[in-house]
Parts: sequence; C-alpha cells; structure tokens
Amino acid sequence: MPPTEGGRLDGPRLDGPVPFRARGFAPRDLPVAGAVTLVGLLVLWQLGAWSGVISTSFISDPVAIGQAIWTLARSGELWANLGASLQRLAIGWVVGTLTGLVFGLAVGLFTLARSPGMAVVAALFPIPKIALVPLFIIWFGIGEGSKVITLATGVFFPMVISTVAGIDAVPRTLIRMGQAFNMPWHAIVRKIILPGALPSILSGFRITTSTAIVLLVAAEMVGAEKGIGAFVLAAGNLYDIDNLLAGIVLLSLIGLAISWVLDRLERVLLAWR
Amino acid sequence: MTVSSVRLTARGICHGFHTLSVLEGVDLDAAPGEVTVLVGPSGCGKSTLLGILGGLLKPDAGEVRMDGSLSPDCLNPITYIFQDASLLPWRSVAGNVSLALEDSRLPRAERAGRIAEVLAQTGLSDFARAWPRQLSGGMRQRVGIARALAVHPGVLLMDEPLSALDAQSRALLLDDFAALIARAGVTCVYVTHNLAEAVLLGHKIVVLSRRPGRVQATLALRRPLVGRHIEDPDLVALQHQLWDLIRDDAARAEREIADAAD
Repeated sequence: MPPTEGGRLDGPRLDGPVPFRARGFAPRDLPVAGAVTLVGLLVLWQLGAWSGVISTSFISDPVAIGQAIWTLARSGELWANLGASLQRLAIGWVVGTLTGLVFGLAVGLFTLARSPGMAVVAALFPIPKIALVPLFIIWFGIGEGSKVITLATGVFFPMVISTVAGIDAVPRTLIRMGQAFNMPWHAIVRKIILPGALPSILSGFRITTSTAIVLLVAAEMVGAEKGIGAFVLAAGNLYDIDNLLAGIVLLSLIGLAISWVLDRLERVLLAWR
Repeated sequence: MTVSSVRLTARGICHGFHTLSVLEGVDLDAAPGEVTVLVGPSGCGKSTLLGILGGLLKPDAGEVRMDGSLSPDCLNPITYIFQDASLLPWRSVAGNVSLALEDSRLPRAERAGRIAEVLAQTGLSDFARAWPRQLSGGMRQRVGIARALAVHPGVLLMDEPLSALDAQSRALLLDDFAALIARAGVTCVYVTHNLAEAVLLGHKIVVLSRRPGRVQATLALRRPLVGRHIEDPDLVALQHQLWDLIRDDAARAEREIADAAD
C-alpha cells in the first residue's frame, strides 16, 4: 500500500483490542455428556417404540430388552450362557495374548527370529480367522478346543504386531544408556524395553479384546450349546427379537466392562505419561 | 577430593559408516583427573569418537585402553552423560538415578545413601519423586549428571550435555559442571561445539579437523576449573585461537552439509 501525502497509509483503519484467535482445536473429555447421550438415545428409542414410529416387530424397545435380561437372569439362563462365553473369552485371550507377547518379544529382540517371524505373521495375519473355524473344528473337534484356538489365533497376530511395534519404538538412546551403565541384557529388557513398549502392548490389548469378542460369537454360532453367540443365534432362529437383542446388549456390556478395566490398567501402568 | 588415576588412551582410531570415512588415525590421551575437551566442525566425528572411547561403537581400526586403578566403590569404570539426558520417562528422578545402581551388589541402604548424596550435589533433592516430564531441560540434564556420578566412575564421557539447553540453563549448569567435575576428580572427555564451554571446562582441548576427523591441534590449559570466567582475557584469547583453527573447516563442513541437502 503506497503512502498518501503526508506519509499516512490509505488502508483500513484499526481501532480496537487485538482479537483472541486461538479458540477451538482442544477437545476435552466430558464423561457426563457421554452418559447423557446414551440415556437420551435410549429414551428416544423408547418414546419412538411407544408412539409407534419404531416397529417393535423388528426391534424391541429398551424396556422389553431390559425385561428379557431380567427374566434370563432370574431363570439362570443368563449366567449359564455368560459364564460359558466369559470362560472361552478369558482362556482364548490369555493364551493368544501370552503366546503373541512371547513371539513378539522374540521377533523384536533377536535377529534370528525377526525375518522368519515377520514373514510368518505377514503371510497368516491377513487370513480372516472366522474362515479357520471349520478347519479348527476338524482338527480339535466341536468342543471347547476349537473355540479357544479360534480366539487365540485371532488374538495372537495383532498382539505380535503391537509388541514388535512397541519394541521398535523404544528410543535406541535409552538402550545405549543402559549399555553405557553396564546393565545386563535381561535388565535392559525388563527395565527399559518392556516398559518402553508397554503403551503399544496395551493398545494391542484393546485391539485383541474386541477381536476376541467377534471371534467368540462366530465360534459359538458354529457349534456351541451354551454361550452368548449360541443364544443369539437360537433367538434369531425363533424370531425372538427381545432375547436376540438382550444377547447383543450383553455382548456390548462385556466390551464396555473390558474397556473400563483396560482404562484403569492404563491409568496405573502409564501414570508417567 | 579423590582424583581418578584412570588414564584413557586411544591409538590409531579409524572409523567409517559404509563408504564414508569419519575418523582417520586419531590418537587421544585423557590424563587422570583431567578434562579433555573434543572440539571440531559439524560431522567431524566427535560423538563417534566418544562412542568408541566408551565401548559403544567398535572402531574399524585402532585400540582404546584404560589404565590405572579404580576406587573400590566404583560401579562402572566408564560412564556417560548423554546429549538428551536419556532419562526413562516411566521412572521418577530418584528411580532414574537408582537404575545405574540396581544391578550392582550395593546394599539397599548404601544405594539409597548414594542416591540422596548425588541428588543433593546436583540440587535435585526436592525433586526426587518428580517425573522427568515435569522437569526443565536443565534439570533433566542434572538428573543425567547425578546418575553418572552415582556410580563413582573412573572415566566420565560427556556428549554435548549442554547443547540442547537454553542460554540461561547452560550458563548455570556450566558453573555446576565445573564444580562437580572438580569435586569428583574424575577423568573426563567432553565433546562440544561450543568454544566457551571448551575453555571453561577443559584442561586439554583437542581440535579435530573436518571429516574424516584427525587431530589437528592439542591445546593445554593449566589452571583450576573452579574460578574460570568467560571474560578472562586469556580464555577469550584461547577461544579466538580455537576459532582460527576451526573456522575454515567449519565453513567447508557447512557447505558440504548444504550441498548434500541439495
């Protein structure tokens, strides 16, 4: 802008305080808002069902689902199915997680294990594990073995990948520091590498628990007398929408409970962040 | 004050990365209880040489020897202070210092005593339970110093420990460094690109040429570390002398870096 006569600029005039421009882009957690949203959706759903906007022939209302869960709990059917599912989930997840963790550590720490291990993971990880259920039934029978193996296999590969990624992300300078202080190999692994890889390992837990729930339902639908997956399938076959949705709500509650436990675990183990 | 009797000697050190020669025939003699400062232009191999001296890098040729006797309470003959402090973020200040002592056979009470002692020496007693993320850069580096002193080393290797700090923290820590090193009486090798640090902390200043690094000059500075002042005419003159030795190589090294970036 060229100056006008007398040396003054001939642009827009400024007259006022400097405006604050750094608003936004800082989302915060509002736990109450989350709970209010869920309750609000349930209320809307219920009102929609009562007013006839939502057909209860195709989707039961929340009160009916609650009543179905209450009836199942009183009859003991809920606990029998929930117990069977939680047992499979726990065994399959623990077996898959522990083996994945050990395999991931080997791949992350040893040259000899790295390339062969990653080649196996790269080849087998993309296979949808649900496709392996019939094969596992042939190998391990229709009983608990095939279901646990299905879960463990599904959990194993993401756990390996999370563990290796976590180890690779540990700053090399910290490992050099440990070596410079003459720390033994096992102490470097225990005190530097494992804690450094922990955030990634805990992320792996989150991924593998949700994978395990998906595979649990799939395995139980293929061949199980008890379990939430078998219960949901049976309810669907009988066109029993209340019980079908009760089963789905239970699966959601299992997921929420696991997520809550993992949140607490992260708060304790990653307090330093 | 006990003065270290450990002498660190490097002879004919050559090292390269792939086809790039970084060090060529470097000889170095770090005398007991003295601070040997390594200066030189960017990329001349100062940190590489320090890694070789500390046994963290294997030289392509040459040998590093350590001679003398260690104090009976020494837990790690050669100890490092890193540029970025290299603290474990999941351990408190005291936990980071403790890390250096945990794999020794030091009794628990003695370990706690050493931790308290070095934290007091470095002015960190009130921050023993703090996480590293809660500390300033200067305080994090103090933790690195405390950790290194806790093992009562024979040789202390320092890789640009003040370079990541702001000017105020650097000036304050530089004074503390001089006092701590003088009190510990430990054999030191100190890498820096800052010539003021070199003249304030060095008993001997070794100037490396640009890559491949060779020893270009060695200057001795026979006066106590404590009490040196940056405006001392002798030290100012020494800085000018060092800059005269380095300037041309530093300019060429900068041009090489710029050319490589293009």
